[in-house]
Parts: sequence; C-alpha cells; structure tokens
Amino acid sequence: MPDGSEPILDVHDLKTIFRTRDGEVHAVNSVSFSIRPGELLGVVGESGSGKSVTMMSLMGLLPSPPAEVVRGDIRYQGHDVRAMSEAQLRKLRGGDIGFVFQDPMTSLNPVFTVGYQLVEPLRIHLKLSKRAASVRAAELLALVGIPDAAKRLGDFPHQFSGGMRQRVMIAIALACDPKVLIADEPTTALDVTIQAQIIELIKDLRQKLGMAIVWITHDLGVIAEIADRVLVMYGGQIVEHAPVRELFRNPQHPYTRALLETIPRVDGARDARLRSISGQPPSLAAHPASCPFAARCPHAFERCLAENPARRLVSPGHDVACFWDFATGGAHHG
Amino acid sequence: MADGQDPRKLVEVSGLKMHFPIYAGILRKQVGTVKAVDDVTFDIYEGETLGLVGESGCGKSTAGRAILRLYDPTSGSIVIDGKEIAHLEGEALRNLRPTMQMIFQDPQASLNPRMTVGSIIAEPLLEHHAMKPKDRRARVLELMDAVGLNREFASRYPHEFSGGQRQRIGIARALALNPKFIVCDEPIAALDVSIQAQVVNLLEDLQEQFGLTYLFISHDLSMVRHLATRVAVMYLGKIVELAPRDALYADPKHPYTQALLSAVPNPDPDSVPQNRIILNGDVPSPTNPPKGCNFCTRCPKVMDICREKDPAWLDLGQGRYAACHLLEDA
Repeated sequence: MPDGSEPILDVHDLKTIFRTRDGEVHAVNSVSFSIRPGELLGVVGESGSGKSVTMMSLMGLLPSPPAEVVRGDIRYQGHDVRAMSEAQLRKLRGGDIGFVFQDPMTSLNPVFTVGYQLVEPLRIHLKLSKRAASVRAAELLALVGIPDAAKRLGDFPHQFSGGMRQRVMIAIALACDPKVLIADEPTTALDVTIQAQIIELIKDLRQKLGMAIVWITHDLGVIAEIADRVLVMYGGQIVEHAPVRELFRNPQHPYTRALLETIPRVDGARDARLRSISGQPPSLAAHPASCPFAARCPHAFERCLAENPARRLVSPGHDVACFWDFATGGAHHG
Repeated sequence: MADGQDPRKLVEVSGLKMHFPIYAGILRKQVGTVKAVDDVTFDIYEGETLGLVGESGCGKSTAGRAILRLYDPTSGSIVIDGKEIAHLEGEALRNLRPTMQMIFQDPQASLNPRMTVGSIIAEPLLEHHAMKPKDRRARVLELMDAVGLNREFASRYPHEFSGGQRQRIGIARALALNPKFIVCDEPIAALDVSIQAQVVNLLEDLQEQFGLTYLFISHDLSMVRHLATRVAVMYLGKIVELAPRDALYADPKHPYTQALLSAVPNPDPDSVPQNRIILNGDVPSPTNPPKGCNFCTRCPKVMDICREKDPAWLDLGQGRYAACHLLEDA
C-alpha cells in the first residue's frame, strides 16, 4: 500500500436529504472519509444505512429533486467536485471514476449490444476511433475473463449469465482506466461460486491497474477478504472506521460488535442460538439529535439519547462514534 | 439418524422429476424440456430440518414447490405423513393442504397488499375450517403472539411493516392450520443481517414449540449450517450430496460441495483460505445438461468416465450419500 500519499478522494461532512411528500429523509449525515490511490475501502451497513446514497451523492448521481446534497466538501485530486459544471462532472464519471452497480440486469441497457455499451465510454471519454474502440472493448472483455471476447461484443445483455453480466459491468467501469472504482454491492446478486470468481478478478485487476476501490457490501465475509480499511455505517452515519484486522479483532462500536456476533459461519464452533440485534433500524425523518443506535444498544445510557456522539480516535487509524468505552467498561469521558 | 429411537419419516420423496416443456413456433410445438428437478430422492424425518442448498437455478425452489404439489410433478412419488400425494387431485389434495405449508422468500410479493394482516392470517382458516368468527379472531391473535407481532397491528396493511415483520406475517399464515411440514423457501434471503437472526431464531422456537418439520431451502451455507439437521446439496436438478450437518461441513465428499464451501467468504481477515477452489465457468443450462455427470463441465477433478456415465447415488454409510465417480471404489 502506498502509505501516507495524498488521498485521491476526500469527503468531508457530507449531508444528503431527500425531500419527499411525507417529509424529509436524512439519508446521509456528516459523513467524512478519504481514500488513497491503490487502497480498497470497504463500506458495510444494512439497507437504509446510507452507504449507496453516500457514493451516489459524491458524483451527483442522485435525481434532484427529491435528493439534495445540502452540505459537504468533496475533493477529487484536490478539485472541488461540488463546484464542477455538469460537463466536468460527466467527464469525471465513467472517465476517472468508474461505477459498478448491484444488479447487472437493470444497469445494462437491454436493447443495445454489450459491444456498443463498452465502446460508448471509450469514444466519448478517450475519443478513440470506432475501430480502436472496438479493439479495446474486446481487450477489456478478455481482461475480465469472458471467453471468446471479440465474438461476444455483438451479443445482447440477456445472452449473458448473471456472473458474466457483472463482468461486463466491471469491464465498462474499467473502460477508461479509472483511478477510483466504486463498486456498489457488486456480488450481492451472484452465487457464491461466481462471487468467488469476481473477488479473485477484482484482486487481480487491482494489482495490475493499481486503482483505488470503494467496495460497498453488507457481507462482512467479503469485507474480511478484500478490504484494507473499513467504514461501518448505521442510520446514515459512519459509526466506526478502522483497518480491517483491527475492526474484526477489536471492534469498538456496539453495533459493529453485534453485527460480528450475529453472522453464523461455515467453520468453527456452532452456537446453539444466533445472537440477534433486537428492534428495527431508525427512521431518518430528522437530523439525528441522539445516537442512531441508542434504541437497540445494550450499553445505551442517558447521554446517548441526548446527544449524537462524534467520531473519536481509539488508536491510530481507528475511530468510533460512541460514548461507551469498551476498554474501561464505562462511559467515555471527553 | 444417530440417536437411539427410530424417528418416523414424515416426508418421503423418491425419483421426483419436474420437467417443464418449452414450446416454440406458430404451432407451439414442444422443442425441448427444462429438467428443473431430475430424479431426486430423499426423506425428511419428523421434527428435523433438512437444508436444501444450491446456487440459483439449480432447482431447489422447484423441488420444494413440487413436493407441496404447487406443481404437477412429471414423475416420481411423494409421501407426506403416510399418504402418497404425487398424483392426487382436486378435493383429495385440498383436504391434505393443512398438513403442509410454505413460507415464501419475498414477503412483499406473497402478501396481498389490499388485505389487512388479520385477514391474511385468517384466510387459511376461512378456507379450511368452519369456525365461528369470534374463534377465528382469537386464533389470529394467538398466532400473532406466537410470531411476535403486536396484536394491535391486526388491522394494518402489509406496507406498514418492515421486511422482518412482513416475514413474521407470512410465518403466522403458514402456522394457521397447525401444519406438520413447512417448506421455507429462502425465508431470510431478502432480509438484513441483523433481522435474519431474529427470523431464524423465531423459526427455531416455533419448531420446538409445535414440533414442526422444515425443508429449509437456501443459498446461504452458513445459515443452513446453523439451522439444519441434515443438508442436501443440489446442482443442476440433481442432489449431489446428502449428509448430516456436521459431517457435511467438516468433510464434504462431492467436489461440488467442496467448491461451494470453500467459496463462502469467512468473516475473519486472518483466515482467508489459501487453497480456495475457484470453479470455472457457469452452471450449464438445464434444457441441455451435459452428458454423464451434470457437474463434469466445471469439476476440477473431472475424469473420462464423468463425461460418459451418470454417477450412481452411493450410500457412504453413517447417513451420508453422494453421487460421484470418485467415491465409487472407496
């Protein structure tokens, strides 16, 4: 890992609100993080925790209205993304920053061939000629491990299986040599044996191309395997942030702990009963005035209901947004 | 089974085939068949949970539905609670419905959005039992208690509930007729991790409370390990391995089971497997399964015979079965 280098993407105090007929939804609240070149940042959280909306907000991919990025400083290689014009943004998306979405069937256009959809970004962003673009498209398909790549350029998305379609999505995202790849649940819709193939592929590509990757998932198993650093999100906030080993060995937020305890495993001891987190995720109707996890937290005390904890440093590179201190087994002072 | 007294077989499936015809052309001529379930044989003992695992498209859901006679099986026999039901029809089948129920994957799609929770849970009672409205009402509230739903929500509509709560409604409906056997078709796949554990714990409690027998269909191998007594692994319409839970996870015999288990990511950054088996390619189409063993196109240990001859269903002792040529001499 190129340590200590400048972050390629730096996000500070991001806040996104959806204004709906039934009132506001505060989907992302004061989210700050950064990612350095070559790094793989895992983002975990349940549905509705704001992990996808955070990434979509970064690149202005959310429809407005109803969504509005009300606050935040987003810097890509030092440039202010929020101040960019639509044309500049378009250049960034698909060019420097690639996206892979969860469901390859709905994110590929069913009426165009895969070749067309691969060539399109190459022609627009890299200004390649038709011929050069289709040669490059075939190379990309081969890179992501699709057999008979050149022949399959003329096929439509429905002629590919789920795993192959996700490979096509990855090929499109990689088309213009992105410096950052944002992968939103890229393996969730796939079977485990296909997921294993995609994970190997990403590991391999990362080594070859050296890009920064943001990997959004709810599967802690996948995170353990590929991430360098992890953000845990809950109720639209980052509740814990740590290097991957530290997070699994020494989780400091009660939510992270509970999450690690609830998942059964395919090896090791088998618990007679699964531990569950009682209750429901919070509604995000207002700006959080208290800790979003307080209602489900076994350690909650008065302060948690009166104040939303800020992220505090536990050890270098590891911070947590919680008033409880597991080290002392009491409230944290400060 | 290992423990002394002989548990009764509640469900006996043998030689079950479920083929769907494909029609094409103006004359709708049959041009092929999808062999969704192709010659499947297994038993489920009373009070146990049989886990049925496999990748999408392997036919596990079709098998579950065919066993409950939501389809008309092509051939084979299904005996539930001593009665052969594979070819029953009409009233005779309907009279047996209360013993066997189903919990569906998607609680959003399997609950009628225009019915209140109370009437959804009451519907099976209305269909199968002549009950006084007052008794029915009492039974509905009792069921809501059993699955941990607040009684006051009986007059609410499904959209007012979260995913986990909706799944509880589906479970209450399945329990309404005091079934013996429940097919759970991916009941937790659509739920968040923290909610999954709640629903799984509920299913376990209900099993203990009412002596239920489950066929638990899932692609989540770690959850099946937690829940199941025995596990059957399906691939392309066939069961490739069937074994008691601990034996299967500790020492998988079939190369497909081995690959499947090694592909599951472990939530521990220090135990990333070194020798993970990565399968090449995709599952072949069930309209045109390969000659010989169905797994021969992806199997890392494939031999010549695998491409020629379909492997037999071998009894490996201690309740273990597998279909693989590698295990034949042993």
